[in-house]
Amino acid sequence: MHELSIVKHVIKTLREVVEENHVRRIGSVTLEVGEVSGVVIEQLADCWNYFREKDELVKGAPLYVETIEAVTFCTSCEKTYETVKFGKTCPYCGSAETYLLTGNEFSIKQIEAETDDSVEP
Amino acid sequence: MKVIELKMTVTDSNDRDAQALRRELTERGIFLINLMSAPGSGKTTLLSRTITDLAGKVKIGVMEADIASDVDARRISELGAESIQVHTDGMCHMDAGMTRTGLENMENSGDRIVFLENVGNLICPAEFDTGAHKNVMILSVPEGDDKPLKYPLMFSKSDVLIITKSDAAPYFDFDFEAVESRVRKLNPSILIFPVSAKTGDGMEAWEDYILSEWEKRHA
Ligand SMILES: Nc1nc2c(ncn2[C@@H]2O[C@H](COP(=O)(O)OP(=O)(O)O)[C@@H](O)[C@H]2O)c(=O)[nH]1
Ligand SMILES: [Mg+2]
Ligand SMILES: [Zn+2]
Repeated sequence: MHELSIVKHVIKTLREVVEENHVRRIGSVTLEVGEVSGVVIEQLADCWNYFREKDELVKGAPLYVETIEAVTFCTSCEKTYETVKFGKTCPYCGSAETYLLTGNEFSIKQIEAETDDSVEP
Repeated sequence: MKVIELKMTVTDSNDRDAQALRRELTERGIFLINLMSAPGSGKTTLLSRTITDLAGKVKIGVMEADIASDVDARRISELGAESIQVHTDGMCHMDAGMTRTGLENMENSGDRIVFLENVGNLICPAEFDTGAHKNVMILSVPEGDDKPLKYPLMFSKSDVLIITKSDAAPYFDFDFEAVESRVRKLNPSILIFPVSAKTGDGMEAWEDYILSEWEKRHA
């Protein structure tokens, strides 16, 4: 459900990018997704494959996903640790007063595109 | 084929739509308040009580967002306030585009407060700006005092935190001070109102806040 919304928003954003950059065709799309962003990558790929058939803009374009490691900061002892391994409880001091530094990202990193001004060999 | 570097979040385009909508609403005299919480926290109950208490003081409209049902919109219209139901068709949050469409289906008389009851969910609504002037989140006592640690983004994006079902506090180990200190670490300027929509306890402070924000906009 969440993944469906995300793919719809990605495509909407791409539509604007395409207009601004005079893109004729999108060759591929690369996303950056944090490990604990809550996005299920397999499900994202399913939604993408569904839209890729239906939507001319991204017809046939593969989706690449780069994951970003999740790191949590402990406000009690001021150390950082791997979120996926230890969760919300600091492995050094046992405090639960911690917050996520990285790992919640979700962005469109880049696209490959054929533009109007590009001279094809 | 060339590579175009974007580094855009999926919410960039929505953020632009939301800014535009917010400006338009301000011009039309509409004060839009976005209410967010987990399912069952008490959004509709709080709204019902607020509408009843503010009757005669300011005109109120309500937009109920739901994935598919319209139970909440019926509850609100029984109170005599204008209410419309927006179906998100499987989407787990409202975005600025959906909010705009919903508002177009409401009476077009300007000058009033519109409450948007967002889809019950603490993750996605925090990421998608609806174009509202104020974001209000509701945490209910039975959900526990560790919610700010679990859903930091929602707490950091909200202007107001309402802690509702305070009448249930004797039955749960809910530490109001712990919540406050956790929330303030994430968001030092957030306003916190403990209330019970059942007994009415604390409702006046919240309603005074709404009225004063309303008057600021319509002086
Ligand atoms: N004890 C108590 N129950 C409440 C309060 N507010 C809401 N409830 C109950 O919580 C349940 C869910 O409320 P509702 O307003 O439908 O939640 P929503 O899903 O966030 O709109 C209902 O059974 C309400 O009667 C309150 O202040 N105190
Ligand atoms: Mg409701
Ligand atoms: Zn620690």
